Amino acid sequence: MAEMDTSSSGGHKKGPGVKKSKKLSTRIDLTPMCDLGFLLITFFMYTTTMAKPKTMEINMPYKDPNIKEQDQTKIKESEALTILLSKNHRVYYYEGIGSDPNKPPDVKVTYFKPSGGIRDEIIAKEQKVAQLRQSGQLLPKDEMTVLIKPDTNSTYDDLVNILDEMSISDVKTYAIVDITQVDQDFIQKTEQANGGK
Amino acid sequence: MPKVKLPRKSTNIDMTAMCDVAFLLLTFFMLATKFKPDEPVVVKTPASISDIPLPDADVMLLTIDPKGRIFFSIDNKNFRKSLIDNIDQYKNLGLTEAEKNSFAIGSSVGFPFNQLKSFLATPPGDQKKLEETAPGVPADTSVDNPNNELAAWIRSARNTNPRLRICIKADQDATYPEVQKVIKTLEGWKIFKFNLITNLKAVPPGTAAYALAQGGAKK
Repeated sequence: MAEMDTSSSGGHKKGPGVKKSKKLSTRIDLTPMCDLGFLLITFFMYTTTMAKPKTMEINMPYKDPNIKEQDQTKIKESEALTILLSKNHRVYYYEGIGSDPNKPPDVKVTYFKPSGGIRDEIIAKEQKVAQLRQSGQLLPKDEMTVLIKPDTNSTYDDLVNILDEMSISDVKTYAIVDITQVDQDFIQKTEQANGGK
Repeated sequence: MPKVKLPRKSTNIDMTAMCDVAFLLLTFFMLATKFKPDEPVVVKTPASISDIPLPDADVMLLTIDPKGRIFFSIDNKNFRKSLIDNIDQYKNLGLTEAEKNSFAIGSSVGFPFNQLKSFLATPPGDQKKLEETAPGVPADTSVDNPNNELAAWIRSARNTNPRLRICIKADQDATYPEVQKVIKTLEGWKIFKFNLITNLKAVPPGTAAYALAQGGAKK
């Protein structure tokens, strides 16, 4: 593979006894060096992490034990949407906060889907709240509030998905709340109504 | 008619140019490389549309694996040393200097305090193996619970470096109660703002966020 030594071919013959000094070519075969270069490139390409992980910022509501109960802002029944996260990525939701035991809310079940899922329900509720605002039943400052209640058998994936839905639908006010026994009963009842699944 | 003589050309190619390119690329990759941090467990994070990059420095990483084990780590080597000093004093662990150094150069911790000393005493090569079967840092929903060792870690870490950003890196199959323990512990220390590490996914078209992104791009 080495380069032919052509530079010395033009030299004239020297007399006998004169040592032939062989002129060496200054050219070096670069193939191995090139091989090495590419080998290292492959290594670095493989180990490098080009895509930095992305993060999602989350602000939990500030809990101050000094705030008295009457000073806290209460969520209005008509502006609230409660979302319960349950097993197998199921999402239960109902309008309102379900505080009135005499009037159990209409709990429905859905999934995370690009269409016909929870996203459409959030958008529908947002429009409903906007209408109520226009008709004067809600104050202009009232906004739709989503209460997220993850059940004990929901996964972290569900939580991130629902938080993501909030940013997708641009919901300003939402909160992650602990699930209550009442809500767990709602889920059980709905499950039974849907054939005990 | 005489034959047309084709000059015989050498099959050798000058490799200099190719070599130059190879080393140029090599230099680029060497400079751009940031090695994957040593992770105790494989965690598959869920995807979200959020595209805030992870901060470069001062990160406290709380990893939750699918089984709900919690691993604690901070990135800055200098603070790791003061953190272990702080923890040693606070919890009276009686760690030797060598064990503290072992913590400073290590990656993450997934052991309760009573096993921490023996873990740090093992040579660094074997630590990785131990981490695989680690029980995780015990946590609880209340910071006042003495068994909530995660709370002690967070407290000491914040004492040594108040600028720490807290990131939770949980597996998508981790159940909510495990994540809740971590969130409640953070809330107990009055930390209401933290980051969840997620993969990036495309914003679905036709939604409010999509319109926002489009509007932002036009400006």
